[in-house]
Formats: sequence, structure tokens, C-alpha cells
Amino acid sequence: MPDLTTARFVNIGERTNVTGSARFKKLILSDDYETAVEVARDQVENGAQVIDVNMDEGLLDAEKAMTTFLKLIAAEPDIARVPVMIDSSKWDVIEAGLKCVSGKPIVNSISMKEGEEQFLEHARLCMDYGAAVVVMAFDETGQADSKDRKVEICSRAYNLLTGIGFPPEDIIFDPNIFAVATGIEEHDRYGLDFIEAVAEIKQRCPHAKTSGGLSNLSFSFRGNETVRRAMHSVFLYHAIPAGLDMAIVNAGQLDVYDQIDPTLREACEDVILMRREDATERLIDLAESYKGKSAADEKAAEEWRGWDVKKRLEHALVKGIDAHVVADTEEARELVAASGGRPIEVIEGPLMDGMNVVGDLFGSGKMFLPQVVKSARVMKKAVAHLIPFIEAEKEEGAKAKGVIIMATVKGDVHDIGKNIVGVVLQCNGYEVVDLGVMVPWAKILEAANENKADMIGLSGLITPSLDEMVTVAEEMKTAGMSMPLLIGGATTSKVHTALRIDPAYDGPVIHVLDASRAVGVASRLLSDTQRNDFVRETASEYVKVREAREGRSQSVLLSIEEARANFFDAYLSDKAAPPLKPGLHVFDDWSLADLRDYIDWTPFFRAWELHGTYPRILDDEVVGETARQLKADADAMLDRIIEGKWLTARGVTGFWPCARDGDDVTIHGNSGETHTVLPFLRQQVKKSRDRANMCLADFIDPAGDWIGGFAVGIHGIEEHSKRFIEDKDDYSDILLKALADRFAEAFAERLHQHVRTDLWGYAPQEQLTNEALIKEEYRGIRPAPGYPACPDHSLKPILFDLLDAPANAGLTLTENFAMYPTAAVSGFYFGHPEAEYFGVARIGRDQLEDYAKRRGVDMATAERWLRPNLD
Amino acid sequence: MSKRQEFEAAAAKRILIKDGPYGTEIQRAKLAPEDYAGDTGLEADQKGNNDLVNLTQPQVIRAICDSYIAAGAHILATNTFNANRISQADYSAEHLVHQINVSAAKIIREAVDDATAKDGVPRFIAGAMGPTNKTLSLSPDVEDPGFREVTFDEIVDVYVEQARGLIEGGADFVLIETVFDTLNCKAAIMAVKQLERELGRDIPLMISLTLTDLSGRNLSGHTVEAFWHTVRHAKPLTMGLNCSFGAEQLRPHVQILSDIADTYLMAYPNAGLPNDLGEYDELPDTTAALTKVWADNGRINALGGCCGSTPDHIAAMARAVDGITPRKLPTIEPDMRLAGLEPFTIAA
Repeated sequence: MPDLTTARFVNIGERTNVTGSARFKKLILSDDYETAVEVARDQVENGAQVIDVNMDEGLLDAEKAMTTFLKLIAAEPDIARVPVMIDSSKWDVIEAGLKCVSGKPIVNSISMKEGEEQFLEHARLCMDYGAAVVVMAFDETGQADSKDRKVEICSRAYNLLTGIGFPPEDIIFDPNIFAVATGIEEHDRYGLDFIEAVAEIKQRCPHAKTSGGLSNLSFSFRGNETVRRAMHSVFLYHAIPAGLDMAIVNAGQLDVYDQIDPTLREACEDVILMRREDATERLIDLAESYKGKSAADEKAAEEWRGWDVKKRLEHALVKGIDAHVVADTEEARELVAASGGRPIEVIEGPLMDGMNVVGDLFGSGKMFLPQVVKSARVMKKAVAHLIPFIEAEKEEGAKAKGVIIMATVKGDVHDIGKNIVGVVLQCNGYEVVDLGVMVPWAKILEAANENKADMIGLSGLITPSLDEMVTVAEEMKTAGMSMPLLIGGATTSKVHTALRIDPAYDGPVIHVLDASRAVGVASRLLSDTQRNDFVRETASEYVKVREAREGRSQSVLLSIEEARANFFDAYLSDKAAPPLKPGLHVFDDWSLADLRDYIDWTPFFRAWELHGTYPRILDDEVVGETARQLKADADAMLDRIIEGKWLTARGVTGFWPCARDGDDVTIHGNSGETHTVLPFLRQQVKKSRDRANMCLADFIDPAGDWIGGFAVGIHGIEEHSKRFIEDKDDYSDILLKALADRFAEAFAERLHQHVRTDLWGYAPQEQLTNEALIKEEYRGIRPAPGYPACPDHSLKPILFDLLDAPANAGLTLTENFAMYPTAAVSGFYFGHPEAEYFGVARIGRDQLEDYAKRRGVDMATAERWLRPNLD
Repeated sequence: MSKRQEFEAAAAKRILIKDGPYGTEIQRAKLAPEDYAGDTGLEADQKGNNDLVNLTQPQVIRAICDSYIAAGAHILATNTFNANRISQADYSAEHLVHQINVSAAKIIREAVDDATAKDGVPRFIAGAMGPTNKTLSLSPDVEDPGFREVTFDEIVDVYVEQARGLIEGGADFVLIETVFDTLNCKAAIMAVKQLERELGRDIPLMISLTLTDLSGRNLSGHTVEAFWHTVRHAKPLTMGLNCSFGAEQLRPHVQILSDIADTYLMAYPNAGLPNDLGEYDELPDTTAALTKVWADNGRINALGGCCGSTPDHIAAMARAVDGITPRKLPTIEPDMRLAGLEPFTIAA
């Protein structure tokens, strides 16, 4: 990963400079600061290392504009993370700016134009405010043009500044870049003079830096972007080795030196380095042939851009290309308007036609979820463009096929699956009202009534959410509702829906297995002809599930005493040695670049409903192409996440002396008086042959042992997620969330490795590949509360207390023990070589009663916690 | 020898000990509301106005200062965390700001001079300036991110007034502490620069940042390194961290600063993290053992206590680091070091 906090050459953008960007000037003049802030954000996101802000415009109150804008970007952490260059020819504007900037900025610029006294006064103030400073090569007699004048003025300024204690490393000289190839002979040397002056200034003025405003150079080729870009690139190619440290230039106005047409490159070089008498004439002649050609034009020449607009929209939707969709939508709207039609017809016509193609391809398995979500992004952008026109006409929006309320239930924060289903439904013409996560039942019912919903969809990932869904169903019944209730999410199942939710509600209840089924279910429920049959069939299916359940011969349960007698008799002499580094270990910012190598990609593809094992899935005949594209998008986003430091991996781990006490593991506190009890559950299903009835406590020595715990979380997703949502980009939003989940899992895997090899240190020599890690070919396990070996989510608060996870890893728990941030993993470490994962499965009433006693809770609470393990 | 040189000489020999907080010690004196107000004639309730106590009950402050001197402190701060016009407005006591600061510095001056007259140990008085309760970097109105409650020039004036009082009362240095807003700190630096010019003398600065989250940023969002780049122009005598968390959590951030700050490093953490009741229960020996690790690793030049620390904590720390070689100042390449919320260096 490149070190983004140190640079050897800095490009300073001029997009937030009213003298450099016509667009920015327009925004500021029209008081549209909100959009102006977005310009700054784009610039930082695209890699700007310093933001130049200039408000020198005759029609503006520059001081007010400068301070307003600087205060606004100060409120945006993703912009304010980079230093500001306060750029003005007026000192008052600069000083007003200095009072608003909280980091260490650059002042651009001061000079000896008005004499030494004022120059030094400004320099002293820059020192007091703590700013670096650009010094223009300008003195009482004027701007330096020749090499000698540039060097002379800069040397004089350097001596004056260092004479008052100004740190030389905080000085940047701008020896003036002037236009070349103007046809005036005296101008021919300007490029070369600048480059030579830079070399000499750097030599004479130790530690000082040099800079220049590049756009002047090519001034005589205004309107000929190809030539201007080539000139800028060629100039930098020669000026940087001479010692140029930074330049003010629009990064979009640069080409890669090697990729410039060699004829043009040579002509530019001839001009800038003054290699031929006739260099200017030759470049002017050559420039004619590049006129009107720009990179954007070349890209636009792609074949499909020549098709008619309806076809282009369809192509953009199917391929998920959003680059031209707004322009194309506008073209379609104008066409419709010209023939007297209404803007809504663009949606009902070409856009819905395009989405129908997408729907058909998805339905027939020729398109996959990632592509559909990308198509949705294109559709949303097109619709967003049309909405103002539709509203202006005060006409009704396109009639949706139906209104669906979607929510992740109270106590749960997981929403990737719900968002995917929402996008798929929207793509197919349904209006989705997404209530978000942790939504209480009252709000769901209220939203359903307010929006005259046709159905409600509930989602959840953790087991306690199943109970919450039952509650929603019960409340819907109490409220006398009859609309269909759709159930989805990783822990939900047809069996649970049939056994527990369906009986609680009188209206239709449908379990939706995955996103690809959602449209089919919704369309049948809203079809006059199919609805009744579909509801009847599903209901009778659920009756069958219930009957089968009642009649089934259940596996025989041992009594808890018998099960305990058949415990797993581990070789306790093999237990792990005490940790090398006991106590808590806090990791505030684990390198994401490091974690990237530990990502298990198979579940990532599964989240997108692409089934198969990574890396084989990339070559899969059916989904391979989609998987490859998805992986490429994921890799690109990973680059941005890591380089932009979007996310922070925080975690904590600790080890505690303990002993097994029946099915409990008791942790002994420092004082010897405080104890923390970890009650575990034991398998009760009767085992064949001599297999044991396992309990995690079996891996701990009653005579004294060690247990570990950990909690890791990925922070910082919200602002980026919000940005994507605002940009109507569900695809990136879902991608980001799925990657955050992968980072959390990778962190858990990486931390476990660090624990085994270093902190606990029982396997210092371990050398495993990522594949081997994924296959868990290591010693020790890290079972998580809520998962089969340790199914009770309510152990999380105990674990969190031991680790002080809220303070140490920034993790909190909802009332139903879901972790927040969502991308988080927590669990216990068992170091015994025989420790292995197992499922507790069904337990009996006797263990439930015993467990309630051990936890000190009433039976109803214990029952609620362990419901999935009861009958 | 100037106080700056005296400090440098003392810091070359040993890890210096800074005192602990005044607030909790004043609470222990169980003053009645009328004791706080004294004969100031202030009408508003002054209970909890710890800064006013400098004026109305100087003997209480003197006793606390003496207890920290007895614990082994070499750097004694004034009890003036809120002795500024903005914070005193809450008590309608703005007009007393100058007097409070003069008096606060005088008390410590006398205590220190008495002690040093007896034992000859060099001690230093840090005139403490807290962050005020207004921020220059953030808008208090979420609807209007460009709004600010106060201007840079106003904060400069507030600090000039306070620093003038502290110096007049006999403080050796000005300590800008518990910095949660970097721009406020820049204004405080500007204030001291102006005062230096006004008085025609050198006023050494001590700067101490406070972090609001474990990842190592202050409230205005600056990382430790970005903050250092931002205030380095003040050429502070000491740079460091205080409050934030306990020594255990502060450790990685002290380490970062130790590597990059080419000046003396002073840190004074809280006595651990507060318990559920908001009380600090980390024992003196625990704090001392945790901070001793910094000393052992050569990370520290001056060490003291913040929230929850008592004279016992200070004494335990003083014992723990006695005889340990102080941190050596790093040599920093003369690169251009800029900062937004994050640092940015342009290498030569």
C-alpha cells in the first residue's frame, strides 16, 4: 500500500479555485455552497493531497466566501483530513482564512511586491498562525521572468525569511510559469527558465520547496485540450527531476508521458526546452490536427453510444453502466416532450422496458444478483433525474405494482440481505418502503397503514430475531390486519415460519428463501388470478410441516445427568500452557491491508447468491463471469477502502485463568474473590457408540486452566454508506457492507492466529496458508455465542464485560444481543488440542431448568434465550 | 539562567514530576457555597467554581499545592482550568478573571519558593489554561455546519487576558491543556505570542492534547501526529497528552508522540477509566506501574496525573520513575509537515 501521508511530488487541484474552475465560480456566485462542498469532496476522493481554495473574483466578497467555504469543509471529515492551501492575492482574505483552518495549512501567497516590511509582517503572521507559505517571485520592480531574476528574488526572500526565524522547510517558492509558444520571441525561454531556476533555487535555498501554476504554460492553446495536456505532462516530466515539489494543476489535465502521441510529445518538448528555432510554428501547425479532439470524445466513440436513445438506455440498464444515463434520460425526455408526451412516459416506456429485459434475464438465470443491483443503480439515477420534471407537472408518479414495507426487526442490525431483496423488488416495479434496521413492531404497523402497503417483509440474521418476528405477527393480528407477511433472513426457515409465525397471524405468511424468489412471491400475492391458489398452497404446505413435526420420531434425549456422565474426557495433561502475554490486548487500528490477505471469499459470493467455492467459482461455467466482475469490483473497492482509510478495524482480546466447574467455566479475577461464570450447554441427544455428549467446558481443566475471549469490529462504514445511498448507488452500498463483514471475519481469523502464535503463544511455530486457515487446520477453536457450540447469544454481555468491548473495541450490543457495528465477531478461545466445534442441538427441559438456575434467570427468560434449541 | 534553560537542565537529569488535579482535592475540603463566594459579592451560586477559590480561600489551594510538592512534584500547575472569561460567564464572574489568575499564580509561586528555599530542588510553575467550553472548529447547530459560536479573535482575547494574569502572578510557563479543539489551541498560541510581544519577554509554552477516542483523535478530529504538525510552530517547551483515558489506553499515543515530537514530552493521564458510577478507582501503584513502562521504554520526560489522581498517585509515580533515564529528544528531518485532520509530509 502506498504511503499516502508522505509525498515527493504534490499535485494541487484547482477545482475549488474560482479563477481555475468556471464551474466552481458559478456555484459560489450562485451561493450554492452545498454543491461546492461536494466539489471539494470529489477532489479528495480522487486523491488530492492538498485542497487549494481561491475566492478572488471581482463579484464576490472574497473574505466572506473564503471563511464560509472553509468552515463548511471543516465540518466534513472526509474533506478536512487533507491540508488546505489558502489562496488569495489579498492578505485580508488569507488572514480571515487562517482563522478558520484547524490543521497546518499553506498560505498562497506572499511576496515582496509591496516591499520588505510588509513581506516580513505577513511572514511573521504566518509563523504565528502556524502556516507554510508560498512566496511568489515578485519584488518591488515586478514579476520575475528571466532565470536570473527568479533566482535573485527567491534567494533574497529566503535570506529575509530565515533571518526572522521562519523555518526554511515551510517556504515554497513559486518562480512563475508563463505562457510559451505565444509567437513572441521573448517568451520562448519561459519554460526552460523556470526549470533551470527551480534547480538553482533548490540548491541555494536548503529545505525550501518549489511550486508553479501549470495552466499558464499552455495558455496560447486554449480550447485544444489534447495539446494542453501534453504540454503540462511534458513540462512536469522535466521540471520534477529539476526539483519541482508541487504544481497547481487539474489532475484531469495531465496525460501519462509515455502515452502521449510521440510526434506531439516531441513538439512539446522542442517548445518547452527550446530545442529548435521553429519549435513554436511546428507545434502550432501540429496542434491544428488535434483540435476538438479530447479524451472524452474518444471514449464516447464507443459503438453503443451511436445507437438510438431507447436502445442506449436498455443497454445501460442491462450492462449496469451509469456514465451516460442522465444525459440519455434527458434526451429521451426531450424526445417525449417534443411529441407532446409527459416525462412519466420515459419511465413507463424505455426505462421499464429495459428493466423488464433485466427482470427476464435474471428470472431465466442469465443475469445474476450483482448485475441486477448495478442495473438498479442506473435505473435509480434515471428516475432521480426525471422526478423534478414529473413533480413540475404535478402528475402522479408511475403506478407501482405494489407497495412493500421492509424492515430488519427490533434488536437486529443486519441489513445486507434485506437491502438486496429491496433492490430486486424495486427493479421489478414495486415500491419499497425501507424502514431500516432495529425497527420496533409499532413502527412497522404504522408504516404499513400510512403507505397503504400491500405486504410487509421482515428480515433478521440472529436467532432472537425469530421471536421478534413472532411478536410482529401477533401484533398484526391484534391490529386486525390481513396483508401478507413475508419472512426472510439467514436464521429464518420454512420450518420456523410454519411452526411459530404462521400460527400467530391470520393473514398469509410466506417464507422467502432468497432474493431471487422475492419477485415471484410478490407478483403472485398481488395477482388477482394467482393469489388465492398461492396462499392456499403455502398454507397447506405449512400445515404439513407442522404435522410432520408433531408426528416425527424425535431423537432420544438423555437426562442431563446421563449426558454429563458421558462428557468428553480430554487429555488434560495436553492443555495449553498459560499465555505468554496475559491480560487485555487492545488493537485500535489493525492494518486493513494486512487483513485483506485473510479474507475468506466464499461467503462473500454466497451473500450475492452466487454459490460455489472460491477460487473455483471464478471459472464456473454459469456464474464465473459474474463472479469475476464482482470480484474485480470488490478488489477496486478494497483498494479505495484501504487507501482512503474508510474503515477502522478495532479489536480486543484477553486471557483469564479459569477452571471447569461442571458445565460452567469459572474465571478467577485478580483479587481471587471476584469470579465470572461462563455457563455452557451440553449436548443431550443420545449418541451412538462411544461418542461423547460434548460441552465447551469439557475442554477446560477443573484443576486450573486458561480461557480467552475476543471481540473485533469494523468501524466507519456509516458515512460511506450514506454517501452511496444518497448517490442512489445500492450496489456500492451492499458491496461495502459485504466487504466490511468479510473484514470482520478476516480480523477474527487473523487475531486468532496472532493469539496462537504470539499472545497466548501455544503454537509459535504455526505456518498456515490462508486456505488452511479457512479450513481451520490449526490448534484451538474460537466458538462464538449464538453459534452451534455455544448457542446462547446472551453470553455476549458477559464476554463484553470481560473484554470491556465497548471501550476497547467500540462495540455495543442491542437488547437482543446483536453486535453494533454490524460487521463484528466475538467469541471465546479454547486452546486444548482436542477442542473442536460441535452443535449443541436439542436440549431437554431438565437442562433448561438447570441452566436458568446457573444463569440466575427465570424460566421464561431462559426459554426465550434457548428457544432454537428447545422443541 | 532563564526558566526555560533551568527546565532544560532539570529535564536532562531526570524524569520530572507534574502534580495532579485540583478539582477533586477542593471537593474534599467540603467548602460551603458561601466559602466559594467569599467576599466577592457575587450573587450567583458559586458552589463548584473551583477557580474562584484561588481568590476566596487561598489557604485551601496552598494546602493542595503543598501536598503535591510533598508528593515529589517539580511542575506545579495553577488551579485555573476554567479561569477564563467564557467559563466564568457561567458564574457571572467574568470581571474577576484577571484577579483570579494573578492570585492563583501567586499562591503557587509562594508555595514553590518556600519549598525550594528549603531543599534547593528546582520547581516550575505552569499557568494552566483550559480549553474553554466553546469550540472554533465545530458548529453547535447540526442544521448549519458553517456556524460558529465564537470567533478566533474572541478566543485570542480571552486567552490573552488569562495568560497576562498568570504571568503577572508569577507563572513560569503557560500550559495549554486538555486541548480538544485544535483551532482553540492555535488561538491560545497566538494569544501567548501577542503577549510575548506586549511584555517583551519569552513565555515558554507547554501544550497538552486530549483524545476523545481510542483511535487517537481529539474532538476536532485531529490525529496525534496531525496535531503535532499543527502546533509545532509554537516551539513548545513540552508537548504531550493529558486526561483522555487511563495510562494503559494512552500508551500507544504517547509512543507515537514520543517518536515525532522534537521537544520534551509531558503526559498526565487519568487514574484509569471511570467505573460505572463515574468514579476512578485505579490504585496509585497500578497507575505508577503503568506509567513506569513509558519511562522504562524511554518515552517520557515529565509525568503527572489528571482526573482521579491524588497526591498518593503522584508520590507513587515519583517513586516508580526515580532514577530512570529520561527520554532522549528525537532528531526530526526538516521536511514540510502539513496537516488536515491527518498529517501530510512533503519530503525533501
